[in-house]
This record gives sequence, C-alpha cells and structure tokens, in this order.
Amino acid sequence: MQLTELTAVELGNKIRTGEIGAVEAAQASLEQIGRLDFRVQAYLTVEPEKVLLQAAEVERGIRSGALTGALAGVPIAVKDNICTKDMKTTCASRILENFVPFYDAEAVVRLKDAGLVVLGKTNMDEFAMGSTTETSAFQTTKNPWELSHVPGGSSGGSCAAVAAGECFAALGSDTGGSIRQPSSYCGVAGIKPTYGTVSRYGLIAYASSLDQIGPIAKDVRDCAALLEVIAAQDKKDSTSMARPDTNFLQAVGQSVKGLRVGIPTEYLSEGLDDDVQEAVMRAAGYLKEAGAVVEEFKLGLMEYTIPAYYVIASAEASSNLERFDGVKYGYRAKEYEGLHDMYKRSRSEGFGPEVRRRIMLGSFVLSSGYYDAYYLKALRVRARIKQAFDEAFSGYDMILGPAAPTAAPRLGTSLADPMKMYLSDIYTVAVNLAGLPGLTVPCMVNAEGLPIGVQLIGDCFAEKKLFAAGAGLEAVRGPWMQSDLVRGEEQK
Amino acid sequence: MKQYETVIGLEVHVELATKTKIFCGCKTDFGAAPNTHVCPVCTGMPGALPVLNRKVAELALRAGLALNCRINQICKFDRKNYFYPDNPQNYQISQLYLPICHDGYVEIPAGEGKKRIGIHEIHMEEDAGKLVHDDWSDSTLVDYNRSGVPLIEIVSEPDMRTADEVIAYLEKLQAAMQYLGVSDCRLQEGSMRADVNLSVREIGNPQYGTRTEMKNLNSFKAIAHAIEGERERQIELLEEGQKVVQETRRWDENKEASHAMRSKEDAKDYRYFPDPDLPPVYISDEWIARVRAEQPELKEEKEARYQEEYGLNGYDAGLLTNERALAELFEATIAAGAPPKKAANWLTGETQRLLKEQEQEVSTIRFSAAHLAALIELVEQGVIQSQTAKEVFAAVFSDDVDPEEYVRAHGLGIENDESALEKAVQGILLANPKAAGELKEGKEKVMGFLMGQTMRALKGKANPEKVREMIWSLVKE
Repeated sequence: MQLTELTAVELGNKIRTGEIGAVEAAQASLEQIGRLDFRVQAYLTVEPEKVLLQAAEVERGIRSGALTGALAGVPIAVKDNICTKDMKTTCASRILENFVPFYDAEAVVRLKDAGLVVLGKTNMDEFAMGSTTETSAFQTTKNPWELSHVPGGSSGGSCAAVAAGECFAALGSDTGGSIRQPSSYCGVAGIKPTYGTVSRYGLIAYASSLDQIGPIAKDVRDCAALLEVIAAQDKKDSTSMARPDTNFLQAVGQSVKGLRVGIPTEYLSEGLDDDVQEAVMRAAGYLKEAGAVVEEFKLGLMEYTIPAYYVIASAEASSNLERFDGVKYGYRAKEYEGLHDMYKRSRSEGFGPEVRRRIMLGSFVLSSGYYDAYYLKALRVRARIKQAFDEAFSGYDMILGPAAPTAAPRLGTSLADPMKMYLSDIYTVAVNLAGLPGLTVPCMVNAEGLPIGVQLIGDCFAEKKLFAAGAGLEAVRGPWMQSDLVRGEEQK
Repeated sequence: MKQYETVIGLEVHVELATKTKIFCGCKTDFGAAPNTHVCPVCTGMPGALPVLNRKVAELALRAGLALNCRINQICKFDRKNYFYPDNPQNYQISQLYLPICHDGYVEIPAGEGKKRIGIHEIHMEEDAGKLVHDDWSDSTLVDYNRSGVPLIEIVSEPDMRTADEVIAYLEKLQAAMQYLGVSDCRLQEGSMRADVNLSVREIGNPQYGTRTEMKNLNSFKAIAHAIEGERERQIELLEEGQKVVQETRRWDENKEASHAMRSKEDAKDYRYFPDPDLPPVYISDEWIARVRAEQPELKEEKEARYQEEYGLNGYDAGLLTNERALAELFEATIAAGAPPKKAANWLTGETQRLLKEQEQEVSTIRFSAAHLAALIELVEQGVIQSQTAKEVFAAVFSDDVDPEEYVRAHGLGIENDESALEKAVQGILLANPKAAGELKEGKEKVMGFLMGQTMRALKGKANPEKVREMIWSLVKE
C-alpha cells in the first residue's frame, strides 16, 4: 500500500509514532502532485521548497513534543479563496492574479498551529461562483475518476486533489453546495459545518451570510478530525460562535441505532438522475442496516430555494466584490481615462463572465424600487425555509438526500446554460440558507465509472450526529474504491 | 416682494472620542504618518471582517440618551455602496434601517423662552480615508489612517428657521457631546461637521420647498454666511420663476458663494442592505440604565448650580459652562482653594480677553488651575496689587508660570513697589500726626512705632530698610 493511500488520521497516527516522518509525507504528496497534477490540474499554486521547510519544522515540533495533535504532519491543500500568508491567493480570478496576502485566514492559522503542512492552493470557480470549476480564469480541473468530466465546484480543485491522492485532506468553502456537490462528483467526503462554526476571517467572501469553510477528505473520520482542528470561535469574526461540542472525532463510530432519518419526497421527484436516486436508496439501506429508521416525508418550499438563494447570494456578492477596484491591490487596467474609467475597465477586464453576471444580478435586486420585491422577499423566504427545516428536525434526527441531481457532467457542457447550472444546486442551497450542517458521503460508482455521494443534513450544531451516521453508512458500505487514474499510478 | 421663511435641518457628523477604530483595533490618533494606523480591516483587504468596537455603541447611546432619544434596543448596521478610493471596501458601514437612536430633541434659547429642535435619528458609521493629491507625480494618494474612525451622525428635523437658531443648536450639541465625553467636537479640526439642508417657502405655505444640502462648513461664521447666501439664492430663483434643484452644494467661504458639486454620473443609488458580517447589536435595559446613571452633569445643570451654589450671575455661569474644559478649569481652581467668584472673574474676564486677543479657543488654554488659584491667593494676601496681577496673569496664561516664583523673580511684590510703599507710609503719617511731628523734630525713638504701623499695613511684605528710608524722606518734606 502506498503512503498516499492512507487516510489523514492513519497518516497522523504513523507520524506520531515515528513510523513516517512529516517531511516524508510531504514529499509523498509533492511526488503525487508531480505525477498526476499535470493531468488533473487541481492546484493553482504549489511551492515545494516552502512545503518542505514547513514539514521539517513540524517534524521538529512533533519530536520535541510541542505538536501532539491527531493530524500533526499531515499534508493538506487549501482552496484558493482562503488567504495564506506569503502565498498567492487568487480566487481563480484575473483580478487577484498576483495577490499575496500578508495574513493567514484564521482557519489556516489553526491548521498551522495543529502542525498540518500546507501543500498549496487549489483551483476553484472564480470567486466560488460556479458548479464545475470551469469558471476559473486559469485552468480547467479534471475529475480524477474520468478526466473528460468536471470535478464539480466551486471547491473542485480541493475535491479533485483529495480524490487523486495529491493531498490527504483539503479545505473548501461552501456557499450553496460548493463542498458537498464536488465531493459527490469526486467520490470524497466533505462537510459544510453549521454557519458560525469555522471563522470566516481570511475567507474571501462570496456571500457572507452563507459562506462556511469546511473539510474535504477521504472519509468521514478525516472530516471530523479536520473540523475539530478548524472549528473555534474567533473574535475577528463576529458571526463565529462559541461551541462546547467540537470534539467531533468522538462521534465517529458511535451507534446509529434508532436514529431517525427522513428523506424528503420532493428530493426523489422529477429532475433526479436514476443513478443518484439509486445512490440515495442504497444509502437508506446502509443506514437501516446500521439500525437507523428511514422514512420519507414532505419538506416543502423546494421550489423557492433556488430563486431565494441566487437573490441573496448575488446581492451580498455584488457588495463584497466592490473592494476589487484596482486601487489598492490586484488587477488594474493598463489604460484608462480618469477614475471611473479605471474602475470600469479594471473590473470588466478582471472579472470573468459568471462573476460579472452575479454582480449585475445582485446590484439589480438591491437597487431602489426592486429591493422590497426581490431582496426583502428572498429574506422572508429564507426565514420560511428555516422554519420548514425546524419542523423536519422536530421529527427526524437528520435528512438524507442527494448532493446533486446527477453524477459529474462532461467538461464544457454546463456553462452555456447558466439557468440549468443554477437549478442543479437544488439539493444544497437550502442548507446554506438555513445555516445547517451538510455532509456528503461517497456511496456508489455508476456505470460510467463516476462516483456518486449522498448528503446528510443535520439541525444546527448536529455535526456529531452527522459524523456518527456518515461513518455508520461507510462501515456498511465497505471500503471505498479509487479512481482508475490513481489505481493506474499504483500499478506502475 | 413675497415674504419667505427659511426651513433648515442639520446633519451633524461627530467623531467619537474612542482610542480605537469602529471595526478594528487600529488607533484613532490624529496626525500620524500616512497609512501607519491601518490593518487588513480598515484598508478593505480581501477576507477581512469588521468587529464592532462596543465603546462606539456606548458613546452613541450616551449621546442619544442626553438628547432625549428613544433607543432601538436591537439595532443593525447596513452597507452604503458607492465607489470612491477613500472608501476602501467601496461600501461604507452605516445604519439606515435601524439606527441606534431616534426621535429625540434638544431645547435652544429662543427669545424669552425655549424652542425644541427635533432629533430625527442618531446613527453610527465609519469615516473614510483621505485623498491627497501629489502634484509632483500628478497622482492621487490615499491615507487610510482616518478610515474606520467612528462617527455618529445626528440628523435633526427641519425645525430651524434662522442662522441664529442653527448656531444655538450646534452650540448645544457641542456642549452636550463635550460634557458627555463623546467627542471634542471641533469644527475646525473636523471632529464635528455640519451639513445644512435648507429650503425656503412663502410664509403660510404648509408645504416645504425643494431643499439643497450645503457642505464644507468649517466654522459658525461660514455656516451663518452659507445660510444667508443659500436663502438669497433660492429666493432669487423663485422670484425669477425658476425652480430650486435638489442637489448638494459646496460652500466656498473665501468667495462667500456656493456651487453645485459635480453630480455623480448616475443618479445616486446606494443599494443599502443589512451588513451580513455584523450581527445586530442588542442594547439591554441594564445597559441603558447604567449609561443613564453614569451620565455626567451637563451644561444646564452646572449653569444652575453655579448660580445657586456660588452666587454667580447668569451670564458668567453661562460663559463658564459653554465648554466643558472651561467648567472643569473653574471647578479645579475652586478645588485648589480659590474663592468661586474670584475664580469666575478671572475665567470670564481676563481669560476671555486674552483668548480673543490671541485668537485662541478654550481648548488651547495651557495654564493650570493650581497656578490661577495661587495668583488669586497672592492678590488676596495683598502680596501684589490688582494691576500687577493682570501682568502676572498674562504670563500664567501664556506659559503657565508659577505666579509666586514669577513675582519674586520679577520683583513685582508690593515690597518692591515704590508707589505702594509711599502710599502706605503717607497713610500712616497722616493717621499718626503726633508721631510724625516728633520724628520730624528728631525724636528717633518713634521711628520704630511708625515702621511697625507701616509693616502691619503692608502685611509684612516690605523691605524694612526701604520703609525706614521712605518714612524719613516723607517726614522731611
């Protein structure tokens, strides 16, 4: 068995016992990146010298006893909208092409403090706007399971890197499904935590009231271990919360006997691919086998979630992205006449079409005369959606459903029809609107060789239940497969 | 010609006296080198987030309670979106939908009675940076030291009718903010900025006319001029059958005229919406009660107390309490042992005269209460005469000298004052004609008696040798 096949927790254990060195692990990841990333193109930035320096330092910390965490020495990838000190952070956008932050995001501070080694920055949809990672201004990331397919998005680079063994875990961000959907497409586990669990300080905002950083890893246990590292109240983020229950690893392996799981009937209706429906049914079977009670119920309000989400997310984005103006940092147009022309040209040239579309949409719904009709109405819908979930959780411990209506689509087939792309977020956006945690667990591989995951949605602060159920599901499912690409490498 | 009434409302920005900025830990100190009091938050770096400085809400609350406002116990911040380089995020964090305070009032003197000026609302917001044009490189530079300095905006109702009322209202706000420790409120330094909204209407018309907003008013004088100028301009337009355009105008005090500010390319739409980075601020009953309990004595209360407790007249009590700094100096002088009336005299008389003469303000006063009290003591003890005291005070005023040392060093005490000595001796000789006669006749033993009398009259503050000489010279005349 190759080193890169280990899970993050397994590797952490071996590093702690001295069986594997942190530098050795980092080297293994760098080698895997060297072997595969020219094909997968998951990373935007990898700086091997810095990686090895940090790994050496971590190794000293582990030997001296200063670093004792479960994941100390584990190499990790970070999505490129999360600020990393002295390492380019571009949001996969021309406008931040050469932006190097002089501060780490709080989540990255916590990673480094726990001894995780940051390998580099992963590709994404520009400013996290997209579902395929194809809106990146720089490169197209491929799905390691089938290189002609997308990895999903917007955290497609992080999910592809984990799936390709080019890191042991990764940080992603999820505003409307950007961790859960690509996790399903790439056959990895990923969780969007309850809003406020992980500090957003240093996460370049797309939609502030929806954004959360979360772990992406090979299995549920790794997600729990990584969330335990990054979850903490941060006084630099007023929306972050104090939680007493961040010992998530403890939940992995706990019994799911008697757990009540509801499947919204709406989730299984029109528009859902047969393969995905099968995956949900299989997952229901696994959970039942593990002792859970699974039933269908009516959740309601599904038809309003997409419009409400795109109104709110675009409105916040239009304001959040105003700071990218060519004045202080980032891209400035080469030629312009006067201040306003500089703004217009810098932003028109610096932002890609999908970002421009959402800025226009967001500006429109906030403009006077439309604010009440769109933005305020969307806020009211949001409150109703939260109510619907509250009702659901009065009867069920969690909700089971798809993470996306299909398996990963082919490259180049999604961007032409933005409406269709937006509608594919139907199973994920409501979770962000309600601030809930959602966990994607790999479930099956379809006839095309593409993985499909399912989503477990919990009430606010119910991550432990999700981890217990997710791990229980995995246990019944059996060991997860690897893509041909990764297997091919192993056979060589 | 028709009779017109002027209708004026004010938007007053007050810079809060906090040590750190509204949404980050950077210092608010004035005058630092450009871009030295900055961080990712107040320069709008990617991923930076605002966190409310609780002291800002505390000061806004203090201001609102003192101005008789109602408090929104759940208040929120909103983003005001507009592009300008002094605004690093290209949105200003302010309060539109739920400002911290609303529906208050202040009373200003009007004729014999009082007039109530309504306060529409008080909201918290952040200041912008400063643009500096560099002629050398023909470029504009930005200094973000001011970016994120906390402000409150006090919006009045359109309740004022004359420049005098406007000035009275501003003085009232200024005094209240200073007494509350909310702000030092200096117009010149920009820690208080007033924008004047003005319209005119024919007397008797219940409808308001179209208003303009006047900016760049750096002194009470400029405000009075601008009000007069804008009133005339609007009346002239109406008389000519033209319409007043709703616009923002900039006052040029040198030209004593205003001009419309370059209108934005598009109609202003700030696309306000609640800032998702900042949770609502909850203001508990306990918080309000504590701020109320801690509210210091304000101008009106002090003014009344000075008249009652110290027997000052209304004018002096008013003058002493116009600015908190002067009232504090007055009280400290009393605490240092000076009789209240004497202290009041110096602070309302000579102090005001010198301030005016040197074109200074109360805030620039340098002398200490201890030294003023010492000076008063010297006069009381007869060490110096009142005329000399003014000379000594000038030195105290300009350099905060120790009056006793100053008198000694400059030989200003009565013992060195020939005319005072002569006057005293003459008085003694006149009062004791018999002794004077005997001395003239050569009976030197009465010299001791006359010297003793003189020394007593001079409270011992005289050089005996000089007294002896003076007695001799006067007796021999």
